[in-house]
Amino acid sequence: MAKMTLAQLKALRDETKKDIDRRDTEGKDVMIVVGMGTCGIAAGAKDAISSFIDEIKEHDLTNVTIKQTGCMGLCHSEPTVDVKAPGMPDTIYGNVTAELAKEIIVKHVIGKELISKHVLDRPASDIMKEQN
Amino acid sequence: MAVKNFVLVCGGTACESTKGDEIFKALLKSATKHGIKDDVQIIKTGCFGFCEKGPIVKVLPEEEFYVEVTPEDAEDIIAETVVKGRTVERLAYKDASTKGSVSSEKIKFYQKQYRVVLRNCGLINPEDINEYIARDGYLALEKCLTGELTPDSVIEHLKVSGLRGRGGAGFPTWLKWNFSKNVTADQKYVVCNADEGDPGAYMDRSTCEGDPHSIIEAMAIAGFTCGADTGYIYIRAEYPLAIERLNIAIEQAKEAGLLGDNILGSDFSFNLEIRLGAGAFVCGEETALLASIEGKRGMPIPKPPFPAVKGLWGKPSIINNVETFANIPVILTKGGAWFKSIGTAGSPGTKVFALTGQIENSGLVEVPMGTTLRDIVFDIGGGIKNGRKFKAVQTGGPSGGVITEQFLDTPIDFDTLTSIGSMMGSGGMIVMSEDDCIVDVTKFYLEFCVEESCGKCSPCRIGTKKMHEILEKITSGKGEMDDIQKLKDIGKAMKTASLCGLGQTAANPVLSTLKYFEDEYLEHIQDGKCRAGSCKDLMQYKVVTEKCIGCTVCARKCPVNCIEGERKAPHFIVQEKCVKCGACYEACKFDAITIS
Repeated sequence: MAKMTLAQLKALRDETKKDIDRRDTEGKDVMIVVGMGTCGIAAGAKDAISSFIDEIKEHDLTNVTIKQTGCMGLCHSEPTVDVKAPGMPDTIYGNVTAELAKEIIVKHVIGKELISKHVLDRPASDIMKEQN
Repeated sequence: MAVKNFVLVCGGTACESTKGDEIFKALLKSATKHGIKDDVQIIKTGCFGFCEKGPIVKVLPEEEFYVEVTPEDAEDIIAETVVKGRTVERLAYKDASTKGSVSSEKIKFYQKQYRVVLRNCGLINPEDINEYIARDGYLALEKCLTGELTPDSVIEHLKVSGLRGRGGAGFPTWLKWNFSKNVTADQKYVVCNADEGDPGAYMDRSTCEGDPHSIIEAMAIAGFTCGADTGYIYIRAEYPLAIERLNIAIEQAKEAGLLGDNILGSDFSFNLEIRLGAGAFVCGEETALLASIEGKRGMPIPKPPFPAVKGLWGKPSIINNVETFANIPVILTKGGAWFKSIGTAGSPGTKVFALTGQIENSGLVEVPMGTTLRDIVFDIGGGIKNGRKFKAVQTGGPSGGVITEQFLDTPIDFDTLTSIGSMMGSGGMIVMSEDDCIVDVTKFYLEFCVEESCGKCSPCRIGTKKMHEILEKITSGKGEMDDIQKLKDIGKAMKTASLCGLGQTAANPVLSTLKYFEDEYLEHIQDGKCRAGSCKDLMQYKVVTEKCIGCTVCARKCPVNCIEGERKAPHFIVQEKCVKCGACYEACKFDAITIS
């Protein structure tokens, strides 16, 4: 990134905001966000993320973005994963092992079915919108 | 997506799955009839794990949880709940607090929270500056550089907001910044204290890992306000991921022209560097921290002069904690008055707590100041692990104290915690149950202080050691009655005479537990008993004669051969020889060995 001026920062903010709201960037409408703070990584978030990547390759999915983020605060259920998919409520899954990651791809992303047993919560973004 | 509601229908094969399908169709039909087909998404889900009350229908975001639903109920669910937002009482699950309902109770984890500091943690990719910018990142800095905010108006916003330092002491941030701003000097510094040392506290680490740009932006604003062109983040080397993410963030900000010379084309310049600490607790004390940055041994010096006037290399320096900095960009974009409206009058805003110990849902929670401990422990934290009884919460780490059951409903802020003999500290909350021995826990904190005392002043160096020795004596059953008075006297002396915060507060865990749990101390001394069963030396393994069949397994397992008795006759343990290893207890198949 080149050094910005004030005007460029403003333009970039407007641009990136649209991206975040649209979520659907470049035909990718499913987003999987893995909590990768120290707590998540210690609990096995790296295994989960590689399992997601493998499974996405396995099924030739081209519409899925995988993203990392910091600690979601749900340390008791790390690794936590936030799944946003069209036609499905935004969902947080807890204690995501490599196996559960596979199941999320097969059932939630492809099959459009919630894996209720492992649903932890609605993600913080929903709540934050209500507050602010 | 314009979908307003989600209706989740149980589609598990275990319960009445055939009806699940009928319900699904009936819901779809009703939604079409009411012309809201596009506003509501009906989804089949896996089993809710609550089959005895199935089929189950759940409506989001209302969190309505309907049980024993029939296809005929579909019309009411759509017409009442989805269209009018009303609960269909006849279907609602009455006792949502019992187990089984998947998220109706877990939902409380976020509902009672209010995220200001952690606004981006767990939402954005911390390694991508664009995502921070998309969430109004660097907007406050932008306002400073366009002239919308001046150094004076920044101070004014902070003053109105009432923000107090989140490192523990709660000193008003605007005062600190104002001191530094009003001193004339050729060089000033901004320092971020990320030397988080309290056992059980990790909110600063998580903030640096999850939202590093918020710290960078706030530090640049501090530089702009007081006239500093250099900043240091002092962070312990034990936080490798936080350091890595901060470094990435600093590089990205530099490349984007948000750090370095002539930020965003203005004439304001600000450079930022990271300094690693070796993880000494005392380096969280600001003067010791500054000494450590200068390359000296991390030891405190008496104040005044305060660092805001004479700090790093003798120059005026603003030192704030990570959490304090993380609040600042939001305060400046939303205004001081907005911040002031959250929390209590004396302590506006929110506080992040690291909830650990004997708690069901350990984690990082952010609540408005003034939230009660009951809300934090029982609603957000989900109560005590394994249904045990609540005993106390330790706040403020080795400098704090315990909060007992009687204060569960006290609204928590800086002042109330001090008035009940504890302190906010950095926000570590260690929850204790009836299985924790209060004397033993206190000994742990003293052990920590003995190790971490820098040794410069004698009240702290000798006081912590002596106190620890007395606690050691008490937990091993050799305590005497005048030990209690000795603890109180030493504690008082340390409080008055120690050089820095470490020594002044190291006695707090002892004094506070003595105040609320003196009976437990006395039990250890007078009766040689530890009610939690965690002081090994006070424990005795005994054979229950009625239950013992004389199988000799325990005698054979005992590593010191202290179990005697004839074959097929009750055995007994020779207490003088017993090393309390517990091997006999594990080995006995007849529950004939007890701990008392």
